[in-house]
Amino acid sequence: MFWKITLFILLAFVSVAGIAFPIVPVPHTWYEFPLIPGLKENAKIIFFHVPTAWLSAVAFFMSTLYSIKYLRKKNLDDDAKSYAAAQLGIIFCVLATITGAVWAKFAWGSYWSWDPRQTSIFALLLIYGAWFALRSSIESEEKRATLSAVYSIIAFLTVPFFVFIMPRIMIGLHPGSESIEGGKVIQTASPVVDFKMNGNMLAIFFLSLIGFTILYFWMWTIGYKSILIREKINKQSIRE
Amino acid sequence: MSSKAYALYKKDFYSELRTRYAINALVMFIIVAISVILFSIGNEKITQSLTSGLFWVVIFFSAMSGLARAFVSEEERGTSLTLHLIAAPSTIFSGKLLFNLILVFCMNIIIAILYAALFDSFIIKNFALFIVSFVLGNVGLATASTIIAAIISKAGAKGTLYPVLSFPILLPLILTAVQLTLLANQGASFGDAKFELAIVFCYDVIMLTGSYLLFDFVWKD
Amino acid sequence: MSNYSLKAVDLSKNFGRRLIFKNLNFEIENCGVMGISGANGSGKSTLVKIIAGINSPSGGKIIHSSDGKEITYEKLHNYIGFVSPYLVLYEEFSAWENLDYFAKIRDVKFNNDKIEYLLNKFLLFDRKDDLVKTYSSGMKQRLKFIFALMHSPELIILDEPTSNLDSAGKDSVYKIIEEESKSSIVILASNEENDLMLCSKELKLENYKNNK
Repeated sequence: MFWKITLFILLAFVSVAGIAFPIVPVPHTWYEFPLIPGLKENAKIIFFHVPTAWLSAVAFFMSTLYSIKYLRKKNLDDDAKSYAAAQLGIIFCVLATITGAVWAKFAWGSYWSWDPRQTSIFALLLIYGAWFALRSSIESEEKRATLSAVYSIIAFLTVPFFVFIMPRIMIGLHPGSESIEGGKVIQTASPVVDFKMNGNMLAIFFLSLIGFTILYFWMWTIGYKSILIREKINKQSIRE
Repeated sequence: MSSKAYALYKKDFYSELRTRYAINALVMFIIVAISVILFSIGNEKITQSLTSGLFWVVIFFSAMSGLARAFVSEEERGTSLTLHLIAAPSTIFSGKLLFNLILVFCMNIIIAILYAALFDSFIIKNFALFIVSFVLGNVGLATASTIIAAIISKAGAKGTLYPVLSFPILLPLILTAVQLTLLANQGASFGDAKFELAIVFCYDVIMLTGSYLLFDFVWKD
Repeated sequence: MSNYSLKAVDLSKNFGRRLIFKNLNFEIENCGVMGISGANGSGKSTLVKIIAGINSPSGGKIIHSSDGKEITYEKLHNYIGFVSPYLVLYEEFSAWENLDYFAKIRDVKFNNDKIEYLLNKFLLFDRKDDLVKTYSSGMKQRLKFIFALMHSPELIILDEPTSNLDSAGKDSVYKIIEEESKSSIVILASNEENDLMLCSKELKLENYKNNK
């Protein structure tokens, strides 16, 4: 119970701080954020957008991890864990896409512009969608678990292409990507972590990341446990 | 090993000649897709980048209409059990992959010829680069669609599921292949395209190894 | 006489979370007929598929060995002959072509004399060049026996072998089982009294459903 309250306070603080702390050219006190050229007030979205994007990737990774585990041990509990992770993954993936699109509207002038990161998150969304479509079309539990595990591993094999390669063949607008101006490759803004953020901004950013990650693991535990309980009840009701 | 896979390919080939399960639909699909594009373009001049994009659009959807056949036909007719009894999974995967590779090559050569004949802006300036990227792209397309075909053959709603599952997997390949086709049409040298070629090559290797290893799980109930 | 042995160790199978059978142990060596009986839906077909390596068990394992050496999964298919009502051969090919492709895919020699002998025995020789889709269900069933026996397997698995057959067909099947069981292991899954009469050993699936 204690850590749930802690998590609540942490996330409440992050939400308030992230939205309410002012951005000033030269920060003096601890509750002032520095001005980042090119991002301005929009910079505040990183406290919410980056954690959702991060968690959609974490969820995808965990789902694949439990898929591999399922294929090795053939234990249906691992499939439930993989499924619970993917369920959360798709929620965070939608959130990341929407927050990203909203931010893009104000920063780049349009909701969607096929920036490499946008393409990648879109691909991730498609993978999640396809994965759920595949699962819903298979009746037998074991077959569903095996085939969706294989699919998620194959999908995972394409991740390096989206993470490392797409940003290089497509011109990026996203903070942290290279862009071409007048034939020269320049950095518009440095990668997310060494953003021109000052101490307090970084602290809140990481607090937010940690808070959301804990929230994710909490939700995931509840998610897979509820799946297991539901299956147990189904099994009992069949036998009686 | 390879002789068994070849025998399986030959079985599929003659079976295809007798049943025309895939070929008729595939040829008609290519004609329909290209004519729809031609109608919608009308008299307008379209750019090279649009042509190379549309080139891969047609290839993708044609592949989706034909390549699932290798496994779906076995599963639908109930002959996959027979196949189980006469061959090891590695043989089956290799045989089916060979069949799909040849189907993809035939199909894409036809598409490329039709494109070259019908689209004014589809002029290949660096022919060697086009051939290399065409071959690498086809290998990747055939490999990824073979393993996805194996997956969907065991699931319900096979027809609609196939493009849905394949698209995210094929996306990096298609995006890069579009770039490569564009580069070849613009007359770029191998040096300019070496990064893209490396990507497609890596994709082929990763998909080939991954699907070869995972096929056992898909195949064994 | 072959040196083939088949052994099941603590075999169990669940569909999802439903138990089909568990703690199943048996061992057969060299030759003989083992029967598997059980009510409809009791898992006979599942068990024979597991023995043939088509399905995987949820627990335990099946060990096939020849001359004391364990046969790997990659090679297993060439030691097994399998007949069942749900087996389907390629309908767009003739019987002869079917057998020819099977031999090539298995990478075993296509033995003309043996195939002709089998075709004669199962009364299919005159129709060998007709497409399988023109066959009646009984003829298809007989062709499956040729498919199962053409490569001289050491383990012959028959799942309801006499379904769809007339009495003449049944008699020739019984003769074949008797003949083959002298040199190889025959596993017979069936509910028919007449089929099970041939077995030297019987496995009743009801005995392995204990849920405790």
